[in-house]
Amino acid sequence: MTDVNALLADFAEKEASPPVRGYWSSVANRLRYDYVTLFFLAVILLIVLISVFAPLLAPFDPTKSSMAYRMKPVGFRNFVLGTDELGRDMLSRLLWGGRTSLLMGLVPVALATFIGGILGVLAGFLGGWVNTAIMRTMDIFYAFPSVLLAVAISGTLGGGTKNGMVALTLVFIPSLCRVAESATTQVRGLDFVEAARASGASTLSIVQHHILGNVLGPVFIFASSLISVSILLGSGLSFLGLGVEPPTPDWGLMLSTLRSAIYVQPLVCALPGVAIFITSLSFNLVSDGLRQAMDVKA
Amino acid sequence: MWYYAARRVLMSIPIALGVSVICYALVLLAPGDPIQSLLPPDASPEDIVYLKKLYGFDKPIPIQYLLWLQRALSGDLGISLQTNRPVIVEVFSALSNTFVISVGAVLLAFTLAFILGTLAAYHLGKPTDRAVTAAAVVGVSIPNYWLGIVLVIIFAVKLGVLPATGMGSQGSAHFSIFEWAQLKYAVLPILTMALVPLGIIMRTTRSAVAEVLNNDFVQMLRAKGLGPLAILRHAVRNALPQVLTVMGLQLGYLVGGSILVETIFTWPGTGFLMSKAILTRDVPLLQGSILVLAMTFVTINLVVDLLQTAVDPRIKRA
Repeated sequence: MTDVNALLADFAEKEASPPVRGYWSSVANRLRYDYVTLFFLAVILLIVLISVFAPLLAPFDPTKSSMAYRMKPVGFRNFVLGTDELGRDMLSRLLWGGRTSLLMGLVPVALATFIGGILGVLAGFLGGWVNTAIMRTMDIFYAFPSVLLAVAISGTLGGGTKNGMVALTLVFIPSLCRVAESATTQVRGLDFVEAARASGASTLSIVQHHILGNVLGPVFIFASSLISVSILLGSGLSFLGLGVEPPTPDWGLMLSTLRSAIYVQPLVCALPGVAIFITSLSFNLVSDGLRQAMDVKA
Repeated sequence: MWYYAARRVLMSIPIALGVSVICYALVLLAPGDPIQSLLPPDASPEDIVYLKKLYGFDKPIPIQYLLWLQRALSGDLGISLQTNRPVIVEVFSALSNTFVISVGAVLLAFTLAFILGTLAAYHLGKPTDRAVTAAAVVGVSIPNYWLGIVLVIIFAVKLGVLPATGMGSQGSAHFSIFEWAQLKYAVLPILTMALVPLGIIMRTTRSAVAEVLNNDFVQMLRAKGLGPLAILRHAVRNALPQVLTVMGLQLGYLVGGSILVETIFTWPGTGFLMSKAILTRDVPLLQGSILVLAMTFVTINLVVDLLQTAVDPRIKRA
């Protein structure tokens, strides 16, 4: 008897509730069938691994120059991808160069997400004059095209990786702040925030439990779309002589120093750009895929 | 509408003031004594005293800023350390060159992107759409400074049909877009610059046209028996204002962000001027170029906003 009852109960339960998926598991499910995003996610992982293990993978010292082997073509003796204008091995430099390019892509976006996110949530949640003060200041930075602002800041601060990162962080803060502010303002007016306040929740706990959960999604998606911009801008700064300093191997800097040699070895000169392109394309496509899977409106 | 226009113009004044504050602050940000960065290294003591007085460095910073602003408003942005010519003259003679390639690039990008984007929206989800979407992603992911180098390798080094750099022997004073001998110098810079706006405008057109095609009235048009071209005409008319806005913004980004493309092609525009100023640490020239470019960007945004209100009867702003 009990057996049948248990079976019945089990059956009823199955009938009543079809498998319910949580938000994250449905996001994961959508991603599982998005082969393009998965493929480029793998590419990003590969690039990260290559950058981390560059010292082990690189066949030569990336900064060791040799006058005898300058500007050799692809496949010359042991130099699989040729050599640059100072006779340094291109493959080794490309492997090492991923480090600075990834740093230039990730660090400014991470810093700007943190600072811009806090400013945006503050502006959106407090409203009033705080909102006006923060958002109008951001409007002023918005009045600069991003390339111009990055060049202006790092141009006056002087070159170097650190100054380049500071410049890029400042470029990204305003847009991230806007995304965080508009998401916060939307959530703030909803009933459950009102209810939380009525039941005596403190400001901090409202922000922590009710606001952040709804703001982080859009902010992270937007931040992920900035990584590719940051890589392109960072390499661009190095290309202009404002980012990474020689002899550190960096893709943007390599493009710039090899530019004088396009008549000698055009293929070798184009290689660093291919690396930048693949990296930025991968981040762009993964960001698009995540946006779709997480169903966030841009 | 006039009320809105007046309000929008007034609203851009505080923004312009804020921009000028940032441009002024850049000199303070520069490492070392600002006097040092304004003067050539071999300046005489009298020069230093003169300049200190001229810039009012003995006064508090807010006063210094106001004095600077007053001079900037009257068109005095200082003297370039390298050429000894007024900064304002240098910047404005370069600005027209930047406009030549930026406007060319935006028009090229718009024409291509609008056709391709509309096609993609009409064939939503089909191979055409996939191809256009992929091309758009590639367009925004390619480093355009690299594309410029590749184009030079192909068209100047390998084929030898287009000049690699510069603006021709005549220089910017005699530049004319109607003479091939002059225009050919602008072809590669324009192609390189057009890539990013191409990707962005394609995306915007695709989503805007697709949104219109989703409307009930399109169903109605189909039911009436209209062909694809007639339906697209309706869709395009509705999507155009949104696309034109994005196009205007892109023009602003190109004018302000021309430094990379102009550096590759040594195109004598504002971007090239800036990269020269950075290399020679010519702070007055750098500051002046940034100020003029940022103000141009603010103005372009303002004009785009006003035009959109004028063009699109659906926007009734009070």
